[in-house]
Amino acid sequence: MTEIETLKADLLSSVEGASDLAALEAVRLDALGKKGRISVQLKRLGALEPEQRKQTGQALNQVKDELAEAISARQKLLEAEALSAQLEAERVDISLPVQQPLAGNIHPLSRTVEEIAAIFADMGFSIAEGPDIETDFYNFTALNIPPEHPARQEHDTFYLRPDAENVRPVLRTHTSPVQIRTMQKEKPPIRIIVPGRTYRSDHDATHSPMFHQCEGLVIGENIHMGHLKGCLIDFCRAFFGVDDLPVRFRPSFFPFTEPSAEVDIGCRRVDGKLEIGAGDDWLEILGSGMVHPKVIENCGMNPDEVQGFAFGMGVERLAMLKYGISDLRTFYDSDLRWLKHYGFLPIDVPALHTGLDEGV
Amino acid sequence: MKFTFSWLRDHLDTQHSLTEICDALPMLGLEVESLEDPLRHLSDFLVAEIITAERHPDADRLQVCTVDKGDGKPLQIVCGAANAKAGLKTVLAPVGSWIPGSDMTLKEGKIRGQASQGMLCSYEELAMGQDHDGIAELPADAPVGTSFASFAADAELPASDPVIEIAITPNRGDCLGVRGVARDLAAAGYGNLKPLDFSEEEGCFASPLTWEIAEEAKPLVPLISGRLFEGVQNADAPSWMADRLTAIGQRPISALVDITNYVMIDLGRPLHAYDADKVEGDKLTVRLAEQGEQVEALNEKTYTLEEGALVIGDAAGPDDLAGIMGGERTGVSETTTRMFLEIAVFDPIRVATTGRQLNLHSDARYRFERGLDACSPIEMAGYIARLVNSICGGTISHLVVEGNAKPARQSVSFAPEKVVQLTGVDCPLDKQVEILSVLGFELDTSQPIWQVAVPHWRNDIDGAADLVEEIIRIYGFDKLEMASLPRDEVVARPSYSPAQKRSLVLRRTLASRGLTEAVTFSFLKRKDAELFGGDNDALMLANPISNDLNMMRPSVVPNLLQAMGRNLNRGIEEACFFEIGPVFLSPDAEGQRMAVGGVRQGRRQLGDWQHKEQPFDLFDAKADLLAALSVLGVRVDNLVASRDVPAWLHPGRSGVLRLGKAEMGVFGEVHPAICRAFDLPEGVAAFEFWLDNIAMPRRKGPAKTPIDLSALQPVSRDFAFIVAEEVEAQKLIDAVRRAARDVVEAVTVFDVYQGKGIEERHKSVALNVRLQPRDTTFSEADLAKIADQIVATVAKNCGGLLRG
Repeated sequence: MTEIETLKADLLSSVEGASDLAALEAVRLDALGKKGRISVQLKRLGALEPEQRKQTGQALNQVKDELAEAISARQKLLEAEALSAQLEAERVDISLPVQQPLAGNIHPLSRTVEEIAAIFADMGFSIAEGPDIETDFYNFTALNIPPEHPARQEHDTFYLRPDAENVRPVLRTHTSPVQIRTMQKEKPPIRIIVPGRTYRSDHDATHSPMFHQCEGLVIGENIHMGHLKGCLIDFCRAFFGVDDLPVRFRPSFFPFTEPSAEVDIGCRRVDGKLEIGAGDDWLEILGSGMVHPKVIENCGMNPDEVQGFAFGMGVERLAMLKYGISDLRTFYDSDLRWLKHYGFLPIDVPALHTGLDEGV
Repeated sequence: MKFTFSWLRDHLDTQHSLTEICDALPMLGLEVESLEDPLRHLSDFLVAEIITAERHPDADRLQVCTVDKGDGKPLQIVCGAANAKAGLKTVLAPVGSWIPGSDMTLKEGKIRGQASQGMLCSYEELAMGQDHDGIAELPADAPVGTSFASFAADAELPASDPVIEIAITPNRGDCLGVRGVARDLAAAGYGNLKPLDFSEEEGCFASPLTWEIAEEAKPLVPLISGRLFEGVQNADAPSWMADRLTAIGQRPISALVDITNYVMIDLGRPLHAYDADKVEGDKLTVRLAEQGEQVEALNEKTYTLEEGALVIGDAAGPDDLAGIMGGERTGVSETTTRMFLEIAVFDPIRVATTGRQLNLHSDARYRFERGLDACSPIEMAGYIARLVNSICGGTISHLVVEGNAKPARQSVSFAPEKVVQLTGVDCPLDKQVEILSVLGFELDTSQPIWQVAVPHWRNDIDGAADLVEEIIRIYGFDKLEMASLPRDEVVARPSYSPAQKRSLVLRRTLASRGLTEAVTFSFLKRKDAELFGGDNDALMLANPISNDLNMMRPSVVPNLLQAMGRNLNRGIEEACFFEIGPVFLSPDAEGQRMAVGGVRQGRRQLGDWQHKEQPFDLFDAKADLLAALSVLGVRVDNLVASRDVPAWLHPGRSGVLRLGKAEMGVFGEVHPAICRAFDLPEGVAAFEFWLDNIAMPRRKGPAKTPIDLSALQPVSRDFAFIVAEEVEAQKLIDAVRRAARDVVEAVTVFDVYQGKGIEERHKSVALNVRLQPRDTTFSEADLAKIADQIVATVAKNCGGLLRG
């Protein structure tokens, strides 16, 4: 065996013997470093005869190439082994439980109002607001409910203490005063809804001293009762997501509308559970009617020139029917367990383009 | 109002079934609240005849009967009733039927060895009465084999009469009598209104008692009539009358009392019967009460009157609360033989006012308040006199009348095209005329604008819209065409204004930060309101539902603290709430604010294998407040915090944020004393601000400002300064910003340290400063210069020394 062959065998065996990347680097330096065994031999080539130089040079370079290739192969192998070892070392118990940040929820009443607003927005309504503490004029008189009218007694009104002139402010018993406030300051055509807090001094399983209503008002030149019917049927079907929902209009009485209509939707009871839709029973859900000429007059308009309709619905009632909530009082109790169950995720925005239903 | 089906048919000649009538009523605006039909479970029961009845071979008290049910196939039935005998017509319950009186389903079987193929029923078993002995005994002409239910209905057997209860809206006083309901049904085509003999009754002697209306009471007593009935017998009312009153839940008392109650339900016409022998003097005076006068009413309670209440009295004083309740002293009894009957119309408002002052409800008041037939004191007097006479006998006096005997009928100008204008329904003119006529309106249609005289029992009609309602109500709401609202905009505009939208965005922002939305009452108890600065007497409720809810709230925080307490008591450990709702500074509209508040209690970070447990503190509230303000467009870097907080916050652990002079909100830990008052652990974090205080950002169009995305890398440098303990971190941050305003992009406090190695009453505050080069990258010299400026400014403004 020539000296070069011996060198080659020796170096290749060292490469094979390198057990980690550091040892391999040491082998590389021992062979190819500045003072490495191959480098030293290559430096010596200059002292040889040309023929000898060529032969030895070729042989050495071949060894060098082979060696580099062996080192590279060995390096890949060792790197792979090291990575495997690392992966093994980094193994964790993936069954460990993780925490989610505390999540908050949107109250079902807020959600319901937004759903109502989304539908009426599409029908061209805007939102109007008014104060919770009202005057007798806006809450009653302007709405054609004169003092001592039996309808007033039915309102169970909360009053604040009388002021210096012995006038008692009222907590609004309905959102209808905002009809008056709007008609006083805006010119027809008017299309508004008025979601808000309302108050009546009644407290039992089906009454709360504070609750929410959503008033609606449409004033225009040719708005008639057919539009009332169309608008409210369109709303009910969109809100409950039942395309063929039966909606019934019944004559009724409200001092501020004439003619007045109570609106019922179809329902059925299946295994004791209420379902909204075609069925053998009716549920009263809102009151409505053509705005009373006296109300229009009270707002400084001529009832022979403009007319329109108004409606009012209980937000709690709509929420209870749609979301299967059985007890009115739970809305205001702030029981976190209840709010988690009946509440809505903040990222879940009801909108017509995505549909009003919750979730995906 | 309750009445029975046969009662309705006294006034309405109709072939329509009970079901059809009850389906029609709500569509006329008369909502059916309940229907009790004693016959509804008896549809399978038959009229049957006992052919033979023989002693049961093995039981003395039983008989074995053969029963004919009309089909030629007699049944054998074992019967225990003593009155079962051959030839008796009675009620057969076939096998399989449910017996309402004993709540059992009948099976075929053997009784003491004898087959029994049905049951013969008593009225008690039929749930049609209790005090009957043995099985029902039907008249001899009862048709064998027919349905018992239809036989009972046709024959108007006692207790077979269905009871209907309807809700009457406040405008329909005329339907507080059965006849009014019948009139509506007749107008809608459900039969004909039967005529009733309303002719006058002359009477045969002058009434020794007359009316007097005091001058000041005259406007309140448009018409009153009365007459004396001499020689009446006040025994029991006849059974047909007593049965009907019983059916609707009124206890029969005596003929005279029952007649007044009956007529009130029948014609909606309250009456009052005086015992003429108990009246002092020869006249009854309607007058206004003086303050403090007392009347013992028929309910045996004594009422003290306020000045101005309408009363009727005799020489001995007042003894009748006009329109509400008669007096005990002059009321009729079983010994009454001379009765004076009052038929009056009083001012509805005065009746309502007095009734409310006395807190006295009665069926009469209910009807007087809603308005009575203005002519009834005269027009109904004859009919009523004959009814009294037919039951109680005796003789009738002439009628005595005070007031305006001929009240004017109201007339309404009516353009018939108003119907289509308001309802969209083109109701034919002849149909309009027919509907109004049957309802009692008198029409002059000779001109394009009709003149419509309103019947004197309809005091709810005073304009064209009312007539439209009458027409469309009777013509049928089902004729209304569904017309969707015309679309004014092809693409709908937003319904929320930009200002209104803020609440929606805030709600999502706060909920996504882990706060759950609460909706709490706008009122609370004064004691709690005072803890939050609410002490304006004008915000006290005059008639609170309880003293826990007697004042309008000054802040949403107390309500949220209560909500928190309820949840902690349920064992819930993390209670984080927000509410967006009204608070009140004064009763006027300007005093109402939209408050946004939140509270947190529990742990920001739950302890687990990964994390160390951390409780919520004031900085969580500060972060909530800043997040809320930031989403509203407030530049939170410009906010300045100070310690002049409201008294409900911990003075050392809370702050007020201001933008310039404008207060933006408060945050901090709730004052320990308040936590104690609400029975909460200390350290509750809270924030609150008023949405009205936050100005809308000025924005022109949807375009955002252009962004300058620097190509140059920012540089980060850390500094630690030693400053006196009381120097606030914000001051250091401000100083750093001031030192190199153009290039300081962000300043972060990454450590605050006090203790070993730091001088007493001093602290070390470590800041990371991120510097953004503008035109060229920083050279080392640039960075050194900036660092020097920072150190110098902090030294100057805060007395801070760079920590070595």
